Amino acid sequence: MIVVIFYFLIICAGTGGELCVSRAMKAVGEVKDFRPAALVGVIVRALRVSWMWAGLGLMATAFFSLLAVLSRQNVSLVVPVTALSYGAGALGGKFFLGEKVTPRRWAGVLLVCIGVAVAFVGRR
Amino acid sequence: MKSSAGLHFKTYLLISLMVIFGPLGNVLLGKGMKHIGAVSIGTPAEALNFLSSVIASGTIWLGILALIIFFVANILVLSWADYSYVQPASSVAYGMSALLGHFLLREVVTPTRWMGVLIICLGVLVVGHTPPRTTEPKYTEPGYTEPR
Repeated sequence: MIVVIFYFLIICAGTGGELCVSRAMKAVGEVKDFRPAALVGVIVRALRVSWMWAGLGLMATAFFSLLAVLSRQNVSLVVPVTALSYGAGALGGKFFLGEKVTPRRWAGVLLVCIGVAVAFVGRR
Repeated sequence: MKSSAGLHFKTYLLISLMVIFGPLGNVLLGKGMKHIGAVSIGTPAEALNFLSSVIASGTIWLGILALIIFFVANILVLSWADYSYVQPASSVAYGMSALLGHFLLREVVTPTRWMGVLIICLGVLVVGHTPPRTTEPKYTEPGYTEPR
């Protein structure tokens, strides 16, 4: 049961965190200068956006849940199961970030989810 | 025109970094956590013991380093590309995880699981044929002001 809770946290907190981080980075603007000093500046600017902190908090929750699950189950099982977040990610991209998720992109996400389910069935 | 060769190139480059360092970090964490053993965090003392075991593990620190590289690549690509593009496109990492789990951790990866990984990669291929960016390059967050 505890493993199911950890999986839930990995998927929901992880996806929610990435959506928040994505929103923060869109606020910072497109990165065009990849020199180390410029990259540090980008990270500093990103840390001034509150969405980034919300995202980091959620991702930290997902990270420690991942550590807990990895201590109990094989990484080749854990990692594919966490890909269930793809459906939630596409929905979040559409409704939270205002992205245009085309039918082709939905089809790709659906294939990824099917692949995850097949990989899960194939566990030992 | 929101997509260009340059946009595609830097998007693919950073997603490649994510695909390499994300799974590597997971595998190193898996190796480190297997060494520590099953976690019990029912009491504060157990939680503290768990944290000290994590901090003392060099393998876990290497895993964290790999995940930091993954994270930086991730936030950089998200500064211009759609999340609903980057997330599935970077799922090639699942195939990489299965490979690393099989060869580095000697985990058994069944044919069915390989089939699942193949389907995931097909999904990535389909997503890869959509434009990386479908939103305006930038929108303003309340309370955020551009430096300089």
